[in-house]
Amino acid sequence: MLVSNFRRKEAIPNHFILILFALLAVLPILVLFFNSIKPFSEFGLNPLGPPSEIRLQNFPDAWIAGEYTKIFFNSAKLVFGSVLLCLAVSLLAGFSLAKLNPKGSTVIAIYLLVGISIPAQLYILPLFLLWKELSLLNTHVGLIIIYSALNAPFATFLIRSYMIRLPDELFDAAKLDGANTFQIFFRIALPLSWPVILTAGLIIGLAVWNEFLFALTFITDPNFKPMATILFSFQARFENNYALQSAAAIMMVAPIAVLFMLFQRRFISGLTSGGLKE
Amino acid sequence: MNFLSKKSYIAWYFVIPVVFIHLFVIGIPSILSLALCLTDWSGLGKINYVGFENFIELFDDRYFKKAIFHNILWTIIFLTVPVCIALMCAYLLTGIKRGQMFYRLAFFFPYMLASVVNCQIWKYLFHPIHGLGGFFESIGIEALASSPFTTKETSLYAAAFVDGWHFWGFLVVIYLTGMYQVDNHLYEAADIEGASKFQKFRYITLPMIRPIFIFSLMIIIIWSVPVFDYVYILTGGGPAYSSEVVANYLYTHAFVRFNVGYASAVGTLMFIYVIFIVGIFGLLRKLGWEI
Repeated sequence: MLVSNFRRKEAIPNHFILILFALLAVLPILVLFFNSIKPFSEFGLNPLGPPSEIRLQNFPDAWIAGEYTKIFFNSAKLVFGSVLLCLAVSLLAGFSLAKLNPKGSTVIAIYLLVGISIPAQLYILPLFLLWKELSLLNTHVGLIIIYSALNAPFATFLIRSYMIRLPDELFDAAKLDGANTFQIFFRIALPLSWPVILTAGLIIGLAVWNEFLFALTFITDPNFKPMATILFSFQARFENNYALQSAAAIMMVAPIAVLFMLFQRRFISGLTSGGLKE
Repeated sequence: MNFLSKKSYIAWYFVIPVVFIHLFVIGIPSILSLALCLTDWSGLGKINYVGFENFIELFDDRYFKKAIFHNILWTIIFLTVPVCIALMCAYLLTGIKRGQMFYRLAFFFPYMLASVVNCQIWKYLFHPIHGLGGFFESIGIEALASSPFTTKETSLYAAAFVDGWHFWGFLVVIYLTGMYQVDNHLYEAADIEGASKFQKFRYITLPMIRPIFIFSLMIIIIWSVPVFDYVYILTGGGPAYSSEVVANYLYTHAFVRFNVGYASAVGTLMFIYVIFIVGIFGLLRKLGWEI
């Protein structure tokens, strides 16, 4: 850790400025939380502060009004489906790029890198028409395939950069023992890679849970919509009922907040790994 | 690594799924889009080749020009405000011992939240009666008398503010990683020379984190192109196109008016611009810019 004596005396003004910015980041979320447990009648007098009386009933109310049993399952299906499919294809590719080095693997790496920087707006319309032809609109499978493809380049590179550091001797030894490539992948590479599998899974899951543009475009049937687009229509439906709105938003934030508390470092390192070069 | 060199085709089996799914969802539709931009297709019926007509029309389209101008403004805002705040906060963070992790988590948390949630929070806070507007009024300040999202002069900046509020913590973490790699002896030497806090930042920290810094600028420029969520949810591009951005403009043409050819032309221009930016940074790197 870089903290040396020479700058410690400046620490107090540092804290002052940092606290201001930390409040700017956290207070708005805190207001949302307060509003989610505030009785609707209290909003007129006390729009920003903590509630004088805690009303947890807002959550069941929002849950029923938004038919969240169904919606929650929609999102869960999308998250788990995408995480599984995306991890499967990315683990295979990451392993190959890290340890097998197929001829022409740089071409694939470049293709995936270009793939990351293509703006979604370039392909979303032809993709929509293609999905219409294939009857994949308004299906979760269709969206799972899209989310897997969107996140695969990132996951592949993350997994590759982890697997490349696994000692080659292990793989050579297994090969001498007569294991074939698939056995090496399943018995050696996979069990050793669980940290990166967890990180990649969390990041993909987060991206899918929060995703808006594709969910908005490819799922128009309210029965199949995930949390994000339902919350968007919820905001319009209950425009002035801030208690219900906030409770619905908190239901979307809560799982992420819990996971973030448990896996802060993984989230932060995983999300910033795309922005950092090795 | 060569433990499989004899059967290298097996290595390809492992890559095929990812290449297949990516080509299917992104590769082929992208190529289709690059082709469709030369047609006047409406999504149904005959496809007519019209050459560069869509582009000629686009360069004459004042709403499109407005949208491009807003994207440029957006890029400039993001290249300055969040970058400066993040640099400052990261630099201040390296100077403290206690609460490091707390600040980092607090700054980063909004980055984890969905755009819909962030927009809802700020729509409420900027509400003239229920949110901060009411609060300001009660202490006698006439700020936020109308929501900045529905005011022509401020809608774009208000949307950019919310997006920036969610984004800047990400920059802090990136810069912090770079700053931790700076050799402490440099600061000690500067202290002996009597350098001020700002001088140390300007002449030691900034040059030392230059690769990460430049990289962050590139990301911001690229990510400012497809900006959609915050504008669509907060303002819908309005009022009166005052916050229209290119991605939202494309979305309207694609999914409301079904101008496939026209929308594809917009997408193609976005793509060319992004590749151009990546190319420039790649070129600078080749020229030995250490980025």
